[in-house]
Amino acid sequence: MMETLPQTAPVGPSFELSEEHKMLKDMVADFATNTLAPRAAEYDRSTEFPWDNVKAMAELGLLGINMPEDLGGAAMDSTSYVIAIEEIARGCASTAVIAAVQNGLVNLPIYKFGTPEQKAKYIPRLTSGEIIGAYSLTEPGSGSDAVAMQTRARREGDRYILNGTKVFVTNGMAASVFVVYATLDPALKSKGVCAFIIEKGFPGFTVGKHEEMMGVRASGTCELMLDNCEVPAENLLGKEGDGFKIALATLDGGRLGIAAQAIGIAQACLDYSLKYTQERQQFGKPIASFQMIQSKLVEMAVNIDAARLLLHRAAWLRDRGMRFTKEASMAKLFASETAMKAGIEAVQCLGGYGYTKDYPVERHFRDAKITQIYEGTSEVQRMVIARHLLGQA
Amino acid sequence: MNIIVCVKQVPDTEARIKCKDGANGIVRDGIKLCMSPYDEFALEAALRLKEQHGGTVTVLAVGPDRAKEVLKTGLAVGADKAVLVSDASLAGTDGRGVAVTLAAALKKLPHDLVLFGKKAVGVDRGQVGPQVAHRLDLPFVSQAGELAHENGAMRVVREIEGGQEHFEVALPAMLSVDKTANELRKASLKGIMGAKSKPIQAWSLSDLGLSAADVAPRLQVVHTEHPPQRGAGRIIDGEAVAAARELVRLLREEAKVI
Repeated sequence: MMETLPQTAPVGPSFELSEEHKMLKDMVADFATNTLAPRAAEYDRSTEFPWDNVKAMAELGLLGINMPEDLGGAAMDSTSYVIAIEEIARGCASTAVIAAVQNGLVNLPIYKFGTPEQKAKYIPRLTSGEIIGAYSLTEPGSGSDAVAMQTRARREGDRYILNGTKVFVTNGMAASVFVVYATLDPALKSKGVCAFIIEKGFPGFTVGKHEEMMGVRASGTCELMLDNCEVPAENLLGKEGDGFKIALATLDGGRLGIAAQAIGIAQACLDYSLKYTQERQQFGKPIASFQMIQSKLVEMAVNIDAARLLLHRAAWLRDRGMRFTKEASMAKLFASETAMKAGIEAVQCLGGYGYTKDYPVERHFRDAKITQIYEGTSEVQRMVIARHLLGQA
Repeated sequence: MNIIVCVKQVPDTEARIKCKDGANGIVRDGIKLCMSPYDEFALEAALRLKEQHGGTVTVLAVGPDRAKEVLKTGLAVGADKAVLVSDASLAGTDGRGVAVTLAAALKKLPHDLVLFGKKAVGVDRGQVGPQVAHRLDLPFVSQAGELAHENGAMRVVREIEGGQEHFEVALPAMLSVDKTANELRKASLKGIMGAKSKPIQAWSLSDLGLSAADVAPRLQVVHTEHPPQRGAGRIIDGEAVAAARELVRLLREEAKVI
């Protein structure tokens, strides 16, 4: 019998998922196992954008998780969002980042900072999967130091004219709408940054080179070129100079998505390692009976659990309208480091087989690495956390 | 058309089943439970009929409180209503007891068509559907494949050895559904959220005018055991032609499979 202590108020935070969260997790887990995972290796090889996965996600409502129902969303909370992204990532990391970008970096900033007209025009088409969205902050010369961006915007009558080059745009190859940042004047630093909603067909907008990457290879990541790109003034998101605020607010939420993706990749590593090490025989017994292998499995499991708890706490704070910047950074940092370690140890558990493309763990290993880089490198997360610790945030 | 789909919560087919030590039955704690897969085909068939012809789909289950999970699944994929009959006296009942209970529940639920899976995966007895049909004196087609509703009747195709049988059955009727190509749709996020606002009606035996004696088991499982462990494989050494000959001999004389 399990002991229960006499219960006194107040009751602490709940570690049990709600009915709806459990149903969501079961549904997306089934989708990941039976639909996404069987296709993942081929998409990784071909680098083609997984339109069939995207269509299936749209039908299930996974492209409008947090959006209100009148905009075609499911009106679910941030905990639902991280559960869904984790499970998708367990099946296919590329598909997970596609969904994370659409939900977290496109739907949300348009919803939060957009005009009623902008919301009505774009969000229903994004939630239904009719169009794909992308988010574009990074430039060849400005990554972590986003304020140093060189892409310029200038107002000319009823439009803005944008010039510059953006890189590493997830979903870029497939997207029809882009949230793009540009500065009115680099000398204005963060106060000069503006966010724009740019459609693929705007004059002067070109999708550039498709990046051949180590991991998340089917995420349609590419360059964008803005050559006197004409953006109607009504496509400014927020006000002039709001861009940096929008970028930061969006990335706090985005980090939840990447933490979830990282945990999904780590879980896939653990799942495969558990299965393999119980089957693989050396010295006359399954290698899972050796303590050195057990130690790897245990490390993975404990880190995954800790990462998930950090992440669910950050989502919990966000759903209650509380500040969650530090907690999101902690979750993203720990989850991405967990994914990378899990990738390394999963390959080790499989030995020579793990190093081949006949087994999925080398893909997990490659996919894990990006989670330490995008939406704030591990170094940037440490900076954010340190600022909070030192009272500088 | 009012369609009622009777569903059962069973251990997931991928769950590792353990027999209870020194007792009958299996250990249910800690194993994943789900809707019986044939019931899923029945529910999908019901949802398709509703899409084509309108009406309502109700999911009905007999089981412990935990069986609400499968009803929630039913509501999330598009059923309109759910009913759970739960009662301490139902623990340990047999197929007849469940049939008595379902028949009493169905008398309280307006229905044109009642669907079952052809059997519950796990115990695979396939008893309940036919017994309910008998108790309600409804026409019953077992192991239905394709279903269509035309002019107040169901047209049913069922696979038989070497061919197909086509039935026409007037409503109200009861069918048990076989595996088809139409797998149960996944619950969308909207469906999951929508299920929250659809209540699950809970009935006890007394709500159905039944007593513990009405559902007392008349069959008893006296013993449950695992299938014997599979032995190690055997490798037949030697030159291919001779080895093949030896393999055929073993398959015929020892394994007696050819």
